[in-house]
Amino acid sequence: MYSQGLIGADGATEETEEFLAKFQARIDREEKIEPNDAMPNGYRKTLVRQIGQHAHSEIVGMLPEGNWITRAPSLRRKAALLAKVQDEGGHGLYLYSAAETLGVTREQMTEELLSGKAKYSSIFNYPTPTWADIGTIGWLVDGAAIMNQIPLCRCSYGPYARAMIRVCKEESFHQRQGYEILISLCNGTEEQKQMAQDSINRWWWPSLMMFGPHDAESSHSEQSMKWKIKRFSNDELRQKFIDATVPQAEYLGLTVPDPELKWNPEKNGGKGGYDHGEIDWDEFWRVVKGHGKMNRDRIKDRKKAWDDGAWVREAALAHAEKRAARQTQHAAE
Amino acid sequence: MSAPLFNALLELADDHLILGHRVSEWCGHAPLLEEDLAMPNMALDMIGAARSLYTYAGEIEGEGRDEDQLAYLRYDRDYKNCLLVERPNEDFAHTMLKQLYFAAFMHPYWEAALQSSDETVRGIAGKSVKEVAYHIRHAGEWVVRLGDGTEESAQRMQAAVTELHPYVEELFHMSADAQAAADTGALPDREAMRTQWTNTISNVFDQAKLTMPEVEYPQLGGRTGHHGEEMGHLLSDLQYMQRAYPNMSW
Amino acid sequence: MSNETPLWEVFIRPRNGLSHKHCGSLHAADEVLALQAARDTYTRRGEGVSIWVVPSKAIFASDPDQAAENFEPGVDKVYRHPTFYDIPEEVGHM
Repeated sequence: MYSQGLIGADGATEETEEFLAKFQARIDREEKIEPNDAMPNGYRKTLVRQIGQHAHSEIVGMLPEGNWITRAPSLRRKAALLAKVQDEGGHGLYLYSAAETLGVTREQMTEELLSGKAKYSSIFNYPTPTWADIGTIGWLVDGAAIMNQIPLCRCSYGPYARAMIRVCKEESFHQRQGYEILISLCNGTEEQKQMAQDSINRWWWPSLMMFGPHDAESSHSEQSMKWKIKRFSNDELRQKFIDATVPQAEYLGLTVPDPELKWNPEKNGGKGGYDHGEIDWDEFWRVVKGHGKMNRDRIKDRKKAWDDGAWVREAALAHAEKRAARQTQHAAE
Repeated sequence: MSAPLFNALLELADDHLILGHRVSEWCGHAPLLEEDLAMPNMALDMIGAARSLYTYAGEIEGEGRDEDQLAYLRYDRDYKNCLLVERPNEDFAHTMLKQLYFAAFMHPYWEAALQSSDETVRGIAGKSVKEVAYHIRHAGEWVVRLGDGTEESAQRMQAAVTELHPYVEELFHMSADAQAAADTGALPDREAMRTQWTNTISNVFDQAKLTMPEVEYPQLGGRTGHHGEEMGHLLSDLQYMQRAYPNMSW
Repeated sequence: MSNETPLWEVFIRPRNGLSHKHCGSLHAADEVLALQAARDTYTRRGEGVSIWVVPSKAIFASDPDQAAENFEPGVDKVYRHPTFYDIPEEVGHM
């Protein structure tokens, strides 16, 4: 966060037509916008909201997978899962830092998450009752996330794009880790295969919902595309995801729980793609609005960690003050 | 097969697995995000060391048991970890102190093991000695901050010291197997780590304004499988998949 | 006392011979914890051999509104570049 170093910068801009046009011209020239640059208030607010949500998703996303760290079935799986969940924490950290360059603090963002004001990806409001879910999350949920995130590496806002490059680089093992778990299950006993199939049955539709509402119903999409915060529409990315994952499910010998799924050679400008059944948007909105199975538990868990940790953070700050005072005294002697 | 070395390696491996398990319980629940990255690093070091130790123990035993069979498929009484590492996390003060106590022991232990007569042990020691050196620093700095932070943190830190100190003696305790492994020069003598351990801890405690308690009745028994009640719960968690779905590969 | 844990900027030297490069930020109460957090966050995949941490509030940045007056005058001083000077080919590399 360099903005603190800029004397007299208050982030306020006078948004004349000329200013907005000049800003748009920079975006159109593919210039990156950096923290201290003048930017429309709407651009700043959109980024704070989006990066904040993204960061919260990483942090809350540690919980469903963290649920299996102590029960991982082998030491190799345990180490990989621990490293993966740790990565999610790191990604949350990089993203909070990117948002902090826009003049919001991590504490503020955390409070918004805990009060329910800020949203996070709804996918994490689904539970992970079986080990197969760890495989499925890696394969489908991380797969969908990667699909969403790769275009963000070219986002017009520099700190966000840089954070995403780091995230995508680290995340490349996550999806493979998940898929490998499912391969083991599918090469295993009948019970293991059933466990894998049951898991895909539960995660398939929520994964498709991760791309957000249909383009026609997505309220922030158009402006975000214009500002090059977003590069592809929700439906485009969803289609890419389906086309990529259906053959992967076939390889595993598993079926995707969509009776209407079928190959359509006309799709994607003649390259072919899958038609799919209608997504249950009622379910999507129900979970977004807080009525999923795990919404309350997730926030309760995060709140407990934050509240239980308060004395630790206070102690560290108190000690830092004493240290600084001692150093000053020492220097004076 | 060399039964004493096998058993002595299991003592070490179980210590690392069980402490790694405890630290990993924090993942996603740390007091600040930066610690959510730091603690898994320590847990991964511990689990990594456990894997090497189990694998080597399995080779020594020569009955085809791999790291997972040794880690997951023994009965409660067959785990040989010291009692310190199985103690519940309680709070961040307990967790950091437990890590410091253990690392302050393992650092001189691995240093001595660099001179082991056993090549594999030397290899494991070479990697682990660097890892635990960092654990001492990381946990030690936190113990200093919590001990000399706020009134609440100082109380919690001193409470952790009072609760965990009775478990320290077992770190230096030599089982018959450990003694036999030390006699051949394969593993170091645990008793020999006492001075360095005390120096490390005194140095931290001085800065942390903590006092080292006198322990009249040290708690022993882990090496012979006499564990506390918490251990069974830890194992039911750890072993769940292997017990519920036996003979499958994952 | 503010209850917000201060922000730090992290710089990492990827290997000796290269300079430290900014790689991100983190929160820590003091410089020792900041260095440890930087190690635990930003060097998990062998990214470096040396770390600097700097309190974010110690960094002063130039004003982007003054970018034109700051940097453009340096762009057209072509005589600062070797290609500005004509040297006969037979003199050889210089």
